[in-house]
Amino acid sequence: MMHDTPAGRKVFRSVLFYLMLCVIVLLTVLPFVWMVSSSFKGSEAIRTIPIRWIPEHPTVEGYERVFNMQGFSFARASLNSLILAVACTLVAVMSASMAAFVFAKLPFRGSGKLFGLYLATMMIPGTVTMVPNYIILRILGLLDTYTGLILPSLANAFGVFLMRQSMMSVNDSYLESAHLDGASLYRIFFQIMLPLVMPTLATMILLSFMGSWNSYLWPLIVLTSNDKQTLQVVLGNMNGIYKNNEHVLMAGAVLTILPILAVYLISQRYVDQGISLGGLK
Amino acid sequence: MYIPKTAAKRRATAVFLLPSLIGVFGFCLLPILGSAIYSVTDFDLLMPMSAMNFVGFDNYVRILTGSEFPKVLGHTCTYLILYLPLIMLTSVGQALILNKSFKGHGLFRTICYTPVITSWVAAAVVWQWVLSGKYGLLNQMLSVIGITGPAWLNSKDWAMPGIVIAAVWKDTGYYALMVLAALKSIDPTCYEAADIDGAGGLKKLTAITLPLISPTLFLLIVINIIYGLQVFDSVLIMTNGGPGGATSVFLERIYKYAFKQYKMGLASAYSWILFALILIFTAIQFRLQRKWVNYDA
Repeated sequence: MMHDTPAGRKVFRSVLFYLMLCVIVLLTVLPFVWMVSSSFKGSEAIRTIPIRWIPEHPTVEGYERVFNMQGFSFARASLNSLILAVACTLVAVMSASMAAFVFAKLPFRGSGKLFGLYLATMMIPGTVTMVPNYIILRILGLLDTYTGLILPSLANAFGVFLMRQSMMSVNDSYLESAHLDGASLYRIFFQIMLPLVMPTLATMILLSFMGSWNSYLWPLIVLTSNDKQTLQVVLGNMNGIYKNNEHVLMAGAVLTILPILAVYLISQRYVDQGISLGGLK
Repeated sequence: MYIPKTAAKRRATAVFLLPSLIGVFGFCLLPILGSAIYSVTDFDLLMPMSAMNFVGFDNYVRILTGSEFPKVLGHTCTYLILYLPLIMLTSVGQALILNKSFKGHGLFRTICYTPVITSWVAAAVVWQWVLSGKYGLLNQMLSVIGITGPAWLNSKDWAMPGIVIAAVWKDTGYYALMVLAALKSIDPTCYEAADIDGAGGLKKLTAITLPLISPTLFLLIVINIIYGLQVFDSVLIMTNGGPGGATSVFLERIYKYAFKQYKMGLASAYSWILFALILIFTAIQFRLQRKWVNYDA
């Protein structure tokens, strides 16, 4: 047997290792390949046995139908998703880092207790607050508005926690000398503190953006008008309408995944960092 | 930081804190209070709020004694029982590979993480097609090795396992990176001692690696149970609770009671029961951890 010699065993083990690697890559990638492949097929060509990975007669019919849906505009939904993801991110990150600045550098009587209360809210699952938040928006007349969708992003205890950790490590002398030079606290926050915690800030921006772009349940509940829908909700609705036209659904899925994939590939460093910080899902 | 107490400082502190205070009080603490109150009323969204009646613990009793609750709990437990061992196995396995250095490491890492950044809606739409009975990817692959796959999402018995497979595919990359962080923090000298003693690869894994990363494994189980009890997006898109209610889970029930039947009181009570379950499951985990989690390292 070849793998009885030490050198042979080493070769055998590295072959085994790369084999395992290939299996994992294949299992991870195949659904994506299958999605892309199906999206370029016609309605009959998707149902073949055995599978044809490369479509015989590639067509963009699926994509055309995605952009010409009755009642929903996919392009509009993409724009809505982008606007909302940017807005939610801005609101969540700004409110969290401003509060974190107070907890880290401007303590007042009772601020420790308040921070403890913030941490405690992290334990409450979103499930419990979902129904009452909907009712609050209804009382405020903010259902089916972007303001209503964005407002709960103000509550971001995890973000406050993350930013506070990072701001605590900033040396006071930078801030104090700026203060002696006559800079206001707003200026100290924006021009000194934020640049110093840029890596954490970038991580939070990315995690928050990806979370908002991918969120489904909250926009599904709050937004009712067709022209206000987000990409995820429209794709979810398409799922009911195009049950037997998988190529249309797959085209929709490709178009939903591509933008966020691009964002991830460009900024991978910060996303990975977020996970090591005990990041969000 | 020392800054003299001035009116300007007080004002700035208030300005910095206000947005987040509005958020935490208005959309977190006040809602918790609201939810607790609604849960003991017959609040119906189709009726004016003034028509709301206090009903005591009727909603809770109705849910806990109804025939639906044990089924929903059962489906959720099925999900957890299938999902937990699989996700632990795949994420530890993937992390062990990521912990080695090899050609194409960066690319491998990126590929493993792609399902994580994909939205659940898109992933569920794709997996629905992958799990399709006759023409689906999975069953066609299975038929190559001579297995006739089930109808997955259209079958009462196989719908939940189908959802679990999709969830494991989607989540492995995320938890693998968490395990990887733990693996990286192991002191390499631990292995040197084992090498001298002539321990094999498997022995090193079970006697050194796994005990040393047991706190992280514990965290993974706790997190996964918390998330698993709240599984929703995948279920709503892939099966909508079907076929015949075979995959109805807590959040799906709450969503439908609240936003399809407008029974806000009942839905609120349901969400508190779910919260209680999360606490109970987590408490059990913390109790069991003494038996296997090693914090000495």
